[in-house]
Amino acid sequence: MFYVKIFFQYMSQYIKTRLQYRTDIFVEFFSDLLSQAINLIFILVVFGHTQFLNGWNRDEIIFIYGFFLVPFAVFSAFFNIWDFNERYIVKGELDRILTRPIHSLFQIILERMELEALLGAITGLAVMLYAGLHLHINVEWYDPLLFIFFVIGGVLIYGGIFIMLACISFWADARTSLMPMMYNISNYGRYPVNIYNHIIRFVLTWILPFAFVGVYPAAFFLEKQEWFWYSFLTPVMGIIFFTISVILWNQGIKRYRGAGN
Amino acid sequence: MKLDKYLEMIRIRFLMMLAYRTNYYTGILIYSINIGAYYFLWSAIYGSKEQIQGLSVTQMTTYVAISWMARAFYFNNLDREMAMEIKEGRVAVELIRPYNYLGMKTMQGLGEGIFRLIFFSVPGFILVYLLFPIQLSWKPDIWALFAVSILLSFFINTELNLLTGITTFFLYNNTGLIRAKRVVIDLFSGLLLPMSFFPGWAQEVMRYLPFQGISYIPSMIFTEGFTHHQAFEAIGQQFLWVILLFIPIRLIWSIAKKQIVIQGG
Repeated sequence: MFYVKIFFQYMSQYIKTRLQYRTDIFVEFFSDLLSQAINLIFILVVFGHTQFLNGWNRDEIIFIYGFFLVPFAVFSAFFNIWDFNERYIVKGELDRILTRPIHSLFQIILERMELEALLGAITGLAVMLYAGLHLHINVEWYDPLLFIFFVIGGVLIYGGIFIMLACISFWADARTSLMPMMYNISNYGRYPVNIYNHIIRFVLTWILPFAFVGVYPAAFFLEKQEWFWYSFLTPVMGIIFFTISVILWNQGIKRYRGAGN
Repeated sequence: MKLDKYLEMIRIRFLMMLAYRTNYYTGILIYSINIGAYYFLWSAIYGSKEQIQGLSVTQMTTYVAISWMARAFYFNNLDREMAMEIKEGRVAVELIRPYNYLGMKTMQGLGEGIFRLIFFSVPGFILVYLLFPIQLSWKPDIWALFAVSILLSFFINTELNLLTGITTFFLYNNTGLIRAKRVVIDLFSGLLLPMSFFPGWAQEVMRYLPFQGISYIPSMIFTEGFTHHQAFEAIGQQFLWVILLFIPIRLIWSIAKKQIVIQGG
């Protein structure tokens, strides 16, 4: 309960500070929307020249993209740890974190949240709604529930991978340039995995399971029965990856000796 | 105007980049990952089609590869650097130095570009060439046209960056604008997909914008998607934009210098 209270306190503080610079938020919203629009334009233009992408039609691809935006938005809002090495290890900020009464990882998540990224989830829902109406998807009573589970699973997978990358800093003098690389790899998950060769497909499923953030869970709502098994694996993979990352994190914290000088 | 101090700027920036060259190995990987993603995507889009809009799937792969590798040359963060210098007030010192600030910035960008061309684009392209089916032309005239074309795309892109950078004088905080500009350029320059894939009306609009001079034109020359005649015409168009974009830069720059506010000191 203590954690929940702290979470909401940080949240209200955050909103207060952000509202000081309103034009700034506005421009940021706009540029986020623009980059999402550009990905959509890409899909639309491409499907001006083809009917199917390995058996998936235009609206299905758009639906996958819309789904992807939701967990990605939640991830971007709470897991801003891509500059963990520079911000916390090199500058010694982690010393301060460790004096706080809550778990160090939770403390960092609170400090680095960027709630405006959540707007991407609304875009995602809108995109899914648009594609869903075109596809005449039937919504059953359990669909919203599963949707929430799948989104949480996706967020945990994303979070887990990026926390693990951040953990490298505890053992080695890691470069943060691994993080942008991971963002690029994660883009692969936005398209049906069956367009890739089997090595990449394997990596996207079991090693860097970004396919669970886009195609696999979306396939469930698109009624692609052959992928159902993977769809239901989404929350499981999320829990596994996140648990491993937290264990790694705790080990790393034990090893941490401070920046010192 | 003496040229040697500007040449020195290119050299210094080149050496500065050389000191941090290990950062670039991951950069090459990132670009290869991007090229890979688009390669699979395009293969699926082509399916069994021989060609789309006059480009075969091999030409398309080559197009994607060369666009990304050329991007390493023309791309720079001059807009962000200018924004930092203006925000931190360092621009005041820059302005009293005996050189043209914008010219100096351009030369720094060129130094960076040449560095990346040698240490990033060339090894990166070799790597990508080994990984994906890429069709390479050995005709010297194609290479010559391509060289001229990417030099011009560097200038167009840099001019757009300078314009964005100058807006910091008026907006104070323009990180959003910088980001928006980058996304727009990625799409409308033809980096993500060739202009010829867009619907007719969009192509018509794009014809009157400078963006396709950044990526589409050099990449089409390289993949031999253009005839000689088209290539010459396209390069002429690029050249025109380099000159045209110079006008708003001069104009806004002279206004900006008058209303400069230096914060702190």
